[in-house]
Amino acid sequence: MSLELVLAAMALAISSAAAALVLPRASSKAQGFSAILMVSSMISGLAGAMMRLFGHADSLCGFPWQAAGGSAIGLDALSAFFLVPIFLIGGLGSVYGMGYWRRERHPRSARPLEVFWGLLVAGLCLLVIARHAMAFLLGWEVMALSAFFLVITEDFRHESRRAGFIYIIGTHIGILVLFAFFVLWRKATGSYSLMPIAGETIALGTMGALFLLALVGFGIKAGLMPLHFWLPGAHASAPSHVSAMLSGVVLKMGVYGLLRFLSLIEDPPAIWGVLILALGAASCVLGVVFALGQHDMKRLLAYHSVENIGIIFMGMGLALMGRSSGDPALIVLGLAGCLLHVWNHSLFKSLLFFGAGSVLHAAHTRETDRLGGLAKAMPWTAATFLVGAVAICGLPPLNGFVSELFIYFGLFGGLTRGGAGVSIVPVAAPLLAVTGALALACFVKVYGAVFLGLPRSPAARQAEEATLSMRFPMVILALACVLIGVAPGLTVLPLDEAIAPWKVAGGARLPSLASLVPLDALGGFALLLAVLCAFLFLVFAGKDRSRAVKGSWDCGYAQPTPRMQYTASSFAQSIVGLFSWALRQRVKRMPIKESFPRAASMQSHVDDAVLDGILIPAFRRLEGLSSWFRRFQQGLAQDYILFIFITVFLLLSTLLPVKDILARIFAR
Amino acid sequence: MMDLLNALLVIILVMNLFSLGTSRILSVIRIVAAQGVLLGIIPLLLRERPGFPELVAAAVAIVLKGIVIPGVMTRALRDAQIKKEVTPLIGLLPSIILGALATTLALLFSNSLAMAPSQGGTLIVPAAFATILVGFIILTTRVKAISQAVGYLVLENGIFIFGLLLVDAMPLVVEMGVLLDLFVGIFVIAIIVKHINRAFSSTDTDRLVSLKE
Repeated sequence: MSLELVLAAMALAISSAAAALVLPRASSKAQGFSAILMVSSMISGLAGAMMRLFGHADSLCGFPWQAAGGSAIGLDALSAFFLVPIFLIGGLGSVYGMGYWRRERHPRSARPLEVFWGLLVAGLCLLVIARHAMAFLLGWEVMALSAFFLVITEDFRHESRRAGFIYIIGTHIGILVLFAFFVLWRKATGSYSLMPIAGETIALGTMGALFLLALVGFGIKAGLMPLHFWLPGAHASAPSHVSAMLSGVVLKMGVYGLLRFLSLIEDPPAIWGVLILALGAASCVLGVVFALGQHDMKRLLAYHSVENIGIIFMGMGLALMGRSSGDPALIVLGLAGCLLHVWNHSLFKSLLFFGAGSVLHAAHTRETDRLGGLAKAMPWTAATFLVGAVAICGLPPLNGFVSELFIYFGLFGGLTRGGAGVSIVPVAAPLLAVTGALALACFVKVYGAVFLGLPRSPAARQAEEATLSMRFPMVILALACVLIGVAPGLTVLPLDEAIAPWKVAGGARLPSLASLVPLDALGGFALLLAVLCAFLFLVFAGKDRSRAVKGSWDCGYAQPTPRMQYTASSFAQSIVGLFSWALRQRVKRMPIKESFPRAASMQSHVDDAVLDGILIPAFRRLEGLSSWFRRFQQGLAQDYILFIFITVFLLLSTLLPVKDILARIFAR
Repeated sequence: MMDLLNALLVIILVMNLFSLGTSRILSVIRIVAAQGVLLGIIPLLLRERPGFPELVAAAVAIVLKGIVIPGVMTRALRDAQIKKEVTPLIGLLPSIILGALATTLALLFSNSLAMAPSQGGTLIVPAAFATILVGFIILTTRVKAISQAVGYLVLENGIFIFGLLLVDAMPLVVEMGVLLDLFVGIFVIAIIVKHINRAFSSTDTDRLVSLKE
């Protein structure tokens, strides 16, 4: 029953795409219709996933397509767990799109956007329920390609095209690695199906190769630190609900793939866990540091995705270490942190991208230093963005705190109990704490610069609140963040179900999450805090109505202008300076020399370390080295045919009986 | 029967050389059309008693290659107002010599291929190779877009001859599919010729170099 519901949801998503394709181009009713189909897909899919998570049995069925070679699809708890964000963001995003990317305003690009949105959701769904390499790769490729077309929605802009190209290069390197991975998997296990495998049947070297291939292939999609190069550009230049989908859901498919692979290996070598934990820790700290250096709101959020993926990988690393050393508590805590953070990140990051989209929609700029004071014009957006910001910083009483707490419990528990790879824990725990602190600083910067103070540009002054169809998804997501924060007990059953297959080989059932973390106390404390916040808000909101409206932060100047406010960049400068070894900020400024200086200006920019620092120069070199081949590309069709001709001719020449001929000649 | 087949194949080989050696495009088109008609007849010779499907295939091939495609190309030629291949990349005599060389080599190649005994005595394989190679030569040495279309046509004729080997195994549908492909391809080229003519005020494909990158 649960699998049928999920399949129905997938069919609805495809029919939404089809409806968008065939209905009239400029009609907003058509957009509404395909959004309705997406929302019904969301309801059906969530119902199916929830039924599995709250106790129904696994289901499996054949994939009736000959070309896929005996594929199977199935629904187990891990699939169901990842289906929840797919369908939730899929449905809410299309509702958001009705206000954000209205057909009247974007007659050319709205229709492809809706078509590929439906296809993306269907592809993601297929990928998650696949139990066979063919179906998995099919879903993966549908996802990758529809995401590409979504990224280049505004293909008339150079920035979007560039981001799209980098994305498609990245994603196709990833899929090539995955091809290699599955071929090796087939060679090692004798089949393409994704079924559990006992560790000793595979040679250690093969196992290591499989792990590295999986780490690279899935890591590119997930945006793990050295492989994140495609991520900031794609997230920044896609429409905001697409960024939400990319960051909230598509990145998670890398996590899903790796988790699926690791769940099939019963006794992983200890080094795997340590490696993943270390990569995760590096990813979180560097992600948040790069976020601090950004001026573009959506680029900043994109780097926060790198950070949060790092946190998710830290949880995964802990669980792997637990599995290697046979420590059930570590498995449960690590995996619970990892999985719950997948949910949480998709909730609050989508919320933040929706908020950023509303700001962009209202003020037509993503530059934090041109915004300001939007809280007065856009109270709903400001309030929900605040919820998302508090959640992403991992502060109580919201959901981010809960999942990070699981990981902290796991780290400290691992430290006290000992076991394999314990030496990395004392490094990892403080790094996670540093990440939280830096994230807080970063969101104080964003929220302060965008929503507080005075508007810094005329566009920001004329901003208006977002429409209802944009506010509604944000409110739903904010409520979900609060719900998981104040009632973490609700997540115990789904998490236990999803963790269950990770039991140690030959061991007993894993302990329940509820027995390891005092969830009730946590929930009570969070609820108390939430009530206190609400109370304080009501008290302060009730007062001060009579006071004159004045600019915030005017610092006692006689005639302050909004441009004299602290900017986001100046706020972050002290921290950016601390991390200058990683950020390499480029600053262009005209020094002020005279007593009565002329107009001066200052610019700063942080390049991406991997993309701009390594990849682009490396490929430029490669291009220079291979310029010799240019002479073969003259653009003349005849030449190209000649190359084919020469190839055919050479191949045929191998048939010539050269020896016979020579023998005949020299025999005379 | 075998002698008749070989005789027809030799005529086809001569037609190849003729199509290499003339600069009047209209004559080349006519030669290639005649070649197509001959090729349409050959499948009927291979069977003792041709059935209805063979007759249909032969009829469609003859109508398409002998009448429709040459018609389309002649029309394109008239619209673009060209008569001759003025500046081939290599001269006419050298290209005939190349074609003769290619035919010789094709005979050499096919001697060393492992053949089913029933095909041993025929010229099918060497004729196929030779026609394909001549098609390549036309494609690489001629400049006018319409001559390129002729080259494709010759190339396809070569492939068709090769297909005669498989006349028992190849389903009719495949042959029909190939013909449809060819027809659409030529049709598109004929349209493109007109557009190249309008955009570059010439039908020389080497002008297309400016589209590079």
